[in-house]
Amino acid sequence: MPALIDLRGVTRVYGTGPAAMQALRGVDLVIEEGEFVAVMGPSGSGKSTCMNILACLDTPSTGQYLFKGMDTARLDRNQRAMLRRQYLGFVFQGYNLLARTTALENVELPLIYRGMPAATRRNAARAALESVGLTGWEDHTQGELSGGQQQRVAIARAIVTRPSVLLADEPTGNLDTARSREIMDLIASFNRDQHITVVMVTHEQDMALYARRVVRFLDGQVVDDARQKAAA
Amino acid sequence: MAWSSLLLAMNEIRRNVLRSFLTILGIVIGVAAVIIMVTIGGGATAQVTDQIRSLGSNLLILSPGRRMGPAQAGIPLFSIGDAEAITREIPAAVAIAPASMRSMTAIFGNENWSTTVVGSDNRLLQVRNMQISSGRTFSESELRSGAAACILGETVRSKLFGSQDPLGAKIRLQSVSCEVIGVVEPKGQSAFGSDQDDFVGIPLRTFQRRIAGNQDVSMIQISLGDGAQTNAAIADIERLMRERRHIAANEEDNFGVMDTRELTRMLTGTTQVLTALLGAVAAVSLLVGGIGIMNIMLVSVTERTREIGIRLAIGALEREVLLQFLVEAMVLSTFGGLLGIVLAIAASVALSNSLKVPFIFNPGIVAIAFFFSAAVGIVFGYFPARKAARLDPIEALRHE
Repeated sequence: MPALIDLRGVTRVYGTGPAAMQALRGVDLVIEEGEFVAVMGPSGSGKSTCMNILACLDTPSTGQYLFKGMDTARLDRNQRAMLRRQYLGFVFQGYNLLARTTALENVELPLIYRGMPAATRRNAARAALESVGLTGWEDHTQGELSGGQQQRVAIARAIVTRPSVLLADEPTGNLDTARSREIMDLIASFNRDQHITVVMVTHEQDMALYARRVVRFLDGQVVDDARQKAAA
Repeated sequence: MAWSSLLLAMNEIRRNVLRSFLTILGIVIGVAAVIIMVTIGGGATAQVTDQIRSLGSNLLILSPGRRMGPAQAGIPLFSIGDAEAITREIPAAVAIAPASMRSMTAIFGNENWSTTVVGSDNRLLQVRNMQISSGRTFSESELRSGAAACILGETVRSKLFGSQDPLGAKIRLQSVSCEVIGVVEPKGQSAFGSDQDDFVGIPLRTFQRRIAGNQDVSMIQISLGDGAQTNAAIADIERLMRERRHIAANEEDNFGVMDTRELTRMLTGTTQVLTALLGAVAAVSLLVGGIGIMNIMLVSVTERTREIGIRLAIGALEREVLLQFLVEAMVLSTFGGLLGIVLAIAASVALSNSLKVPFIFNPGIVAIAFFFSAAVGIVFGYFPARKAARLDPIEALRHE
């Protein structure tokens, strides 16, 4: 059984010639199903680039990215979109909900692209909102929700498709400590109860404590990879 | 997916009602302009055809000189003999009305009216498709003796008599005092814009003896039977007249035969060309409307870059994003088309009333305008939609 995520000697170079910027300089990283990994490192260390590659939004300049043993370099733009739709869920720092769209519609969005019939879709979206504790907020639009609530909607949208991997890019970056803890508890519970693999970029030590493994980036390379006992 | 694209598009349009309305205004005006032009043009064509038919279904007008209009100097007029010869020799002619005419003032009491006095006989009514609405036509003895009797066109009757009964009254034409024996049913304006009801009819003999003082006939109107070979009849008449007017083989005709059917074709041809031209000008505005849609869709793509990024990240395929924006453009433009059709039909009815042109609904042009507006949506929506679909999701997500 191949690893869920397997990066082999991945580099990523932006631009060409003397102005070229090497964001990743040979990253090897294996993540098994069910793990909860925190990715840490200072700005410009390459962690965001690495996340983009994991998300199939970007492709390595050299090296291989195997997802469930499948070489993603062989996939075209549409096939990578299909892979995202099928296996990946995203949570962003800025929530990224659709403007002037209700919480329910936001959560339904990935299911629409999966072609799920309307009634099933609505029920699944309601259930997902319930699982993040937002029952009763279905018809509120982005502007009518607090930051914490928006991030909960974003999490509901990410997990409603029951993805293999939840990719979270600084999910608590815009929130206060109490709100951050609620969000982290949610993410950890999905990892624990639904065995959704979580890869989370953060630079807050407190939040990294929720993970059972911390990978540190510096200058485009993995400098530390430590397992720990999860706080939650 | 197509259905959900439609729903997404409807939502997006509902969120921006004012902007959407302004966007489609170009299409609305374009579609409405095309339909109005073609509908009114079609009504005008039908009206011209109708008016010429009212002149007499298959009427030839034989006049001296090459052109229509008053007799030219040195060119002999016709005579009663010519009309009789045509009656005798041209079997296709079912009614022949020789006529002479002159502009004159008709006077009754204190009223006077400048009109055309036509000297002819009852066959004039026949070739012109006219009916007596009250009174009677000329009697044989009146025609033979050149009696002072007249029939009035509706315009002359109303100008001289107003609400009075004209029958039995005497009107004065120069020195002649004529008794009104009949009134002709109104026919309205001719295709050439002249009033067909503005005339006084008197017996030809009365005209020749008491007004003109000669034996001339200034024109002969010939009505052909249904199914007659018009061109053959014209050739026969021309041959007969050349012979009677002693025109040598190398000389040109000094008379003309005008075929009103030919005239019909000419005039309807002209209005049709005009209609097509106006329609084409209107179609340009439809094109401009399409460019308006493209403009707004491009703005919309830029404005919604982040949304597109989210959709792509969540797993939307390129063609799904393309479809979304394309459907949005199409919904906008077809909605504009429908609005334009409603506007056009309302405006056409109002315009045809005020222009006194019949309203003829033309489903063909409505369908064409509608499909054209949808096509405008596809053509001008494609470029912005492709721009949206090709966005780099990473860049798009970073977009503020």
